Amino acid sequence: MVGFVVLAVVAVAIFLWAIGAYNGLIALKNQTLNAWKQIDVQLKRRHDLIPNLVETVKGAMNFERETLDAVISARNKAITATTSASPQNVKGAAEAEAALSGALGRLLAVVEAYPNLKATANVGQLQEELTSTENKISFARQLYNDTATHYNTKQQQFPTSLVVGWAGAMPAELWEITDQAERAVPKVDLGFGKR
Amino acid sequence: MSDFEETNLFAQQAANVRKSRWIVAAFVVFFAWLGFGGDAIVWIAAKRGAQVPWQPGFPLLGVAMTVIGIGLVMYVRRSGAQKVLWSAGAAELVDAKTDEEQRFRNVAEEMAIAAGVPMPKLWVVEDPDPNAFATGNDPLNSHVAVTSGLLAVLDRDELQAVVGHEYGHIKNYDTQLMTTLAALVGAVVLMRDGVGRAMRYGGFGGGGRRGRKKGADPIVLILLVVWVISWILAPLVINMLALWVSRKREFLADAMSAQFTRNPMALAKALEKINAAHAPTLSIKGGVAHMCIADPLGRKLTEREGRFADAFATHPSMSVRIARLKAMAFQSAKRAQSQGPSASGVAPTL
Repeated sequence: MVGFVVLAVVAVAIFLWAIGAYNGLIALKNQTLNAWKQIDVQLKRRHDLIPNLVETVKGAMNFERETLDAVISARNKAITATTSASPQNVKGAAEAEAALSGALGRLLAVVEAYPNLKATANVGQLQEELTSTENKISFARQLYNDTATHYNTKQQQFPTSLVVGWAGAMPAELWEITDQAERAVPKVDLGFGKR
Repeated sequence: MSDFEETNLFAQQAANVRKSRWIVAAFVVFFAWLGFGGDAIVWIAAKRGAQVPWQPGFPLLGVAMTVIGIGLVMYVRRSGAQKVLWSAGAAELVDAKTDEEQRFRNVAEEMAIAAGVPMPKLWVVEDPDPNAFATGNDPLNSHVAVTSGLLAVLDRDELQAVVGHEYGHIKNYDTQLMTTLAALVGAVVLMRDGVGRAMRYGGFGGGGRRGRKKGADPIVLILLVVWVISWILAPLVINMLALWVSRKREFLADAMSAQFTRNPMALAKALEKINAAHAPTLSIKGGVAHMCIADPLGRKLTEREGRFADAFATHPSMSVRIARLKAMAFQSAKRAQSQGPSASGVAPTL
C-alpha cells in the first residue's frame, strides 16, 4: 500500500513537471514567433520605402543608373525571399536582405557625394527614415536572435529536452549577417559607374 | 537574454514595486503623525489646564490629515506623471516639426523594439542644457522627456543610448517609484508652505501666544516644538528618500542601455557631452532632479565620493559611470575580436 502511494506521488510530480516544461516551451515558441513578426514588419517597411527613395533621387542621379538598378533588383529579390522565410528557414531571407542593405548603403554613400541633392529637404528626410528603418531591422533581429537562442537552449537542456517532441518545438535558426563585407560602410566611388 | 539577466530584471522590478508601496505607507503614517500629534498636544495641554484653540475629544486633526494623506497618494498615483511633466514645462511631441524631432521619434521607436517595451509618449522641454528623464506609472503608461538642448548636442547614436537609458528605468519600474516620490516631495513642500503661512497669520500662532502669556507648560512646549520641527523637516526627509532611491538605479539603467544598443561607448560619449555642458537645466526644478539622467542642478556634490555625497547627491559620480561604460565597451570589443563577428553583437554583462 505504501509503495503504491509513493508511486502515485512520483507519477503526479512527473506529470506536473511535464506540464510546466511543456507550457514553458510553448511560451518561448510564441515569443520567438512574435520576435520574428517584428523583423517582418520592419522589412516590409523598408521594402515600401525604397520606391519612394529611388523616385526622389532618380532625376538628379542619371550617372548612377547602375547603383539605382542594383537597389531595385535587390529589393525585388528580398521581397521574394522573405515571403518564404520562417524561423526554420532563415538563410535565404537573411542573405537577400543583407544584399539589399549593401546596395542601399552604396546608394546612400553616393547621395553623400551630391551635396546639392543632399540639401534637398526631401532627401535628408528620406535618409533619416532609411537609417531609422535599418536600425529597427537590426534591433528587431537582435531581439529575435536573443529570444531564439533562449528557446533553443531550453530545448537542448535536460530534462526539458524530454518533452520537446510532445510540445512540437523545433530549433529556430538565428538571423545571421552572412556577409560581413555587405555590412561594412561602403567607400564612395567617385569614378562614376566604374564598379 | 540569459536566465541570470531575466531573474535580475524581475527581482529589480519586484523590489521597486515593493519599495513604492513602503514609501506610500510611510507617507500616510507620517501624515497621520502630523495630525494625531497635533491632537495629542491639544489634549495634553487641555488636561493640564491650558487654554486651547478648540475643545479636545474627537481627534479631528488626525483624521483630517490621514484622509488628506491618503487622498494625496491616490491623486499622485493617478496624475503624478502629468504633474512632473507639467512642472518641467514639457510639451508633448505629437507631430515632429523639425528634423531633430523626427530623429528623436525614430530613435524612440527603434529603442522600443530593442527593449521590447510599448512605445512611450514623447515630450520635449525647451531648454538649452542637455538632459532627459522618464516618468509614468507602468511600462504601458510611460513618458520620456528630453530637452531641446539634448536633441541639438547629441548625435544619433548618443541620443539612442540616452533613450535606451530611460527605457531601462521604465522597464525596471524605476519610473513608478521615482514619480511617486517626486509628486510626494512636491505635495509636502506645498503643504509646508501653506501651513507656514497659516501659522504666521492665522489661529495657530495666536493660540500659542495666548498659552505662553499664561506661563506655558514646558511639556506642551517641547511637544509643540517637536511637532513643528517635523513639519519643517518633512520635505527634507522625503528628499533624502528620493536620493537614496535614485542613485543606485543609474548604473543599472546605464547597463540596460548598453544591452539594448550593444554600444556602451555611445552612452559614455553622451554622458561626457551632457557633463561638459555645465549650465544648470533651468526648466527642471529640484523636485524632479532625481529623475534626470544627469543632475540638472549641476551640483559639484555629484562628483564627490564619501558618506556626505552618498547622503545628499541625487546621482552617482559621472566619471564613475563613464568609466564603467568604457570598461564595458573595451570588454565587448575584446570579446568580439577573439570570437569573430557574431550576428547579435556582444551583450554586456549586467
